[in-house]
Amino acid sequence: MGRIAFLNANAAVAEAALVAGLGFYAGYPITPSSEVPERLSKIMPEKGLPFMMMEDEIASINACVGASASGVKAMTCTSGPGFSLKQEALGMACMFEVPLVVVDVMRGGPSTGLPTRPSQQDIMQARWGTHGDHPIIAVAPCNAQEAVFETIRAFNLAEKFRQPVVLLTDGSLSHLHTKIYIPDPDEVEIVDRAQPEVDPENYYPYDYNYEVPPLAKWWTEDGKSYRYHLSSLIHDKTGFPTVYPKYAQWLLERMHNKILNHRDEILKYEYYKMDDAETCIVAFGSTAEAARVAIDQAREEGIKVGMFRPLTIWPSPEEQIRDIASKVKQFIVAEMNLGQYKLEVERIVGGRAPVYGVSQAAGVLIRPSQIYDKIKDPSKRVEIGLTEEELKRFGGGE
Amino acid sequence: MAVDYTKYLRMDKMPLYWCPGCGDGIVLKCYLEAIDELGWSKDDCAMVSGIGCAARVTGYVDFHTLHTIHGRAIAVAVGIKMSHPDKHVFVFGGDGDLVHIGGNHLLHACRRNVDVTVVLINNWIYGMTGGQHSCTTPPGAKATTAPRGSFEPTIDVCKMAIGAGAGYVARGFAGDPTRLKKLIKEGLEYKGFSLIDVFSPCPINFGRRNKLGDPAKLLEHMKSFLVSSAKAKRMSEEELKGKFITGVLHKDTEKPELTEAYKSIVEKAQASDEYWAKYVKGTLSESDKNKITREELKKLYPYDVETPLKQWKKL
Repeated sequence: MGRIAFLNANAAVAEAALVAGLGFYAGYPITPSSEVPERLSKIMPEKGLPFMMMEDEIASINACVGASASGVKAMTCTSGPGFSLKQEALGMACMFEVPLVVVDVMRGGPSTGLPTRPSQQDIMQARWGTHGDHPIIAVAPCNAQEAVFETIRAFNLAEKFRQPVVLLTDGSLSHLHTKIYIPDPDEVEIVDRAQPEVDPENYYPYDYNYEVPPLAKWWTEDGKSYRYHLSSLIHDKTGFPTVYPKYAQWLLERMHNKILNHRDEILKYEYYKMDDAETCIVAFGSTAEAARVAIDQAREEGIKVGMFRPLTIWPSPEEQIRDIASKVKQFIVAEMNLGQYKLEVERIVGGRAPVYGVSQAAGVLIRPSQIYDKIKDPSKRVEIGLTEEELKRFGGGE
Repeated sequence: MAVDYTKYLRMDKMPLYWCPGCGDGIVLKCYLEAIDELGWSKDDCAMVSGIGCAARVTGYVDFHTLHTIHGRAIAVAVGIKMSHPDKHVFVFGGDGDLVHIGGNHLLHACRRNVDVTVVLINNWIYGMTGGQHSCTTPPGAKATTAPRGSFEPTIDVCKMAIGAGAGYVARGFAGDPTRLKKLIKEGLEYKGFSLIDVFSPCPINFGRRNKLGDPAKLLEHMKSFLVSSAKAKRMSEEELKGKFITGVLHKDTEKPELTEAYKSIVEKAQASDEYWAKYVKGTLSESDKNKITREELKKLYPYDVETPLKQWKKL
C-alpha cells in the first residue's frame, strides 16, 4: 500500500525516483529544481544510498554515467542552463547506451533568463542539445501526480532501452503543491536492465544479435564480475573503438532503431474530446491543463474542439498526429516558447491542415482565456494574458 | 620476480598505440607492477579515463574500463566509487585532460579525499591533437599553437592538489621507473585521494619542436627541472624557483575518506530512523535514549522532533 502526500512536483519526482529503484543521485543546485536534491539528501542516507552534490552540472551527470555504467540506476536533476552544461555527457550516455534519467525543470531562457519563472523552452534542447545523430526519449507530465508515474516510466524506459531519458517539467508545475499518491514498488511495474545469459568471457556489451544488448552489471549479486570496455568513440560489438565505416553506420542505425521500432512501447498520449473535433489543440505539461479548461468552455458554446496531449514528447507521435491531420480542419499548438514543438507538428502535418500557435515565452503560464481566444479566432495574435493590475505586481517595465 | 604483464593486459589490443619514445608505456608498466605487488584481483579494479594519449590506457588494461569524454574522468570515477566503495577505482589521464579542461573535478576530488588513485601523465603538451601548448608547457617552449614560445605561466599540479586537500600527493618521473613504481604503489594503498604526477616525455609533439626530438635528450631536459624531496630540503627558496620536487610530497593519514564519511552519515540517518520506530511503538529504552540525544536529532531534522514518525514520514 502506497501513501498519500501533499507535495510539489519536484518532491514528487524525488519520491517516485526512489520507488523506481534510484541507486545513485548526483546533482548541482539550480532554481527551480533544487527541491529534488533537497528531499533526496534526507531520504537517500536513510536507505543507505549514495547521494552527492557535485562541483558542477557537468560533474554531476558524469558521476551518474559512471554509477549507471557500473550497474546502478542513476538520476540527475537540473534546469535550462544546467541542462546546457550536461549536454556533452548526455551524448556520452547515448553513446555508451547506459540508462539514465535527467530531470529538466524548464525555466525561462536563453542564458540565465527567468530563473524563477516557468517555460517550455527546452523542447528542442532535449532533442538536439548534444551533438551528433543520437536518439532520445523525453517525457512531459502535466501535474504532480502524473510526474510520479512519468518518473517511474522514465526509469523503466531508460532501463529497458539502455537509453538516457529526459523528464521535462517546468518552474510552475514543480512548485505547485497538490495531493498525490506515491505507490509502493510492488504496485507499479519496475523494469531492471536485462542481464546477459552468457558468462563474462563470452559477453559483448554491444552484441550484434540484439537490438538492445543486455548491459551487464560490473559486479553481479551472485559474485560474478563482468569486465568489459565502454568507449565514447564509435565502437564495435566489443565496445572498442573502430573506424570501419560499416560498423559506424550500423551502430548509429541500431541506436535509432531501438527507439523508433518500439514507438508503441515508448509513446504515451491522451486524446481529450477529440472524437468529433474540428480544431485540435496540441499541448503538453502544465499548458495542457489550461487547454483543458479552454476546451471545456468552448465546448459549452458548441465549438468542436479537442486536445491531443503527448506525454512522450520525443520521439514524437508522428502516426497519431498524421491521423488527426486527416480529420481536423486546423491545429493550435500551445506552448510556453516561441513555437518549438509547433515546428515538429508542422513537419508531421505536412501542409494538410493549417497549424497555429499560442507561443508565449513571457515567463508566465498560458491562461485558458488565451487559448480560448485562439480557438475563437486562430489568425489573431494572442497577447500576454495578464491584466494591467497583475502586470503591476511584476514591477519594472515602463 | 618478473611480473606477468599479460595477466593484466588485453593482449589482443597490442601493439600499443603510443609513439616511439613516449613515456606512457613506462608509467603503465610501473602501475601494473604496483598492482601485481599488492595482489589485487583485476575483477575488483575499475579504471576510468578521459580523452588523450594517456587516456588510451583503459583500452589496454583488463579491468572494468570506461573511456569517457574529455576532462571528466575523475567525476565519472567518483560516481563509481560512491556506488561501490569496496572496489578499487583508478583514473589515468594527461595534463591537458585532468588539469586543464578537467581541473575543477581534480580540485574537488582532492578536497573530498575520495578513494580514487589518479595517475597523471604530465608531458607538458596536448600530444594527441598535435602538440598544442597546455597549462604545463614551460614558458618559452614551442608548440603548434605557440610558434614563438608559450607566454603563459605553468601550474604546479602537486602544490595545487595539496592546497585543495588531497590526502596523498607524489611526483614521479618516467625516467626513474623503480621509484615511480613505489610512489604509485603507496598511492594505491592510501585510503583516500591520491595523485601521482608523472613527468613523462613526448618526443614527437613536444620534443621535436624544441630541439629535443631524441627521447633520451628530452628525459635529460625534463630531469633538469626535477629535484628530489631529500635534496630540496637543503635548497633555498631562490634555488627551488622553477624546479619541481619529486617523491612523496604530502600524506595525510588523519583526513577522513569520502565513502567512509558518507557511511557515518548513513549510520546516523538509519539509527535515528530506528529511534523513531521505537518511539512510535513506545519501546524506547533508556540506552536508546542515550544513543542519540534530543539535540542531535534536532540537528538532523529541523522539524518538530516530538512529532511521531508516522506523521512526519508522510509529509
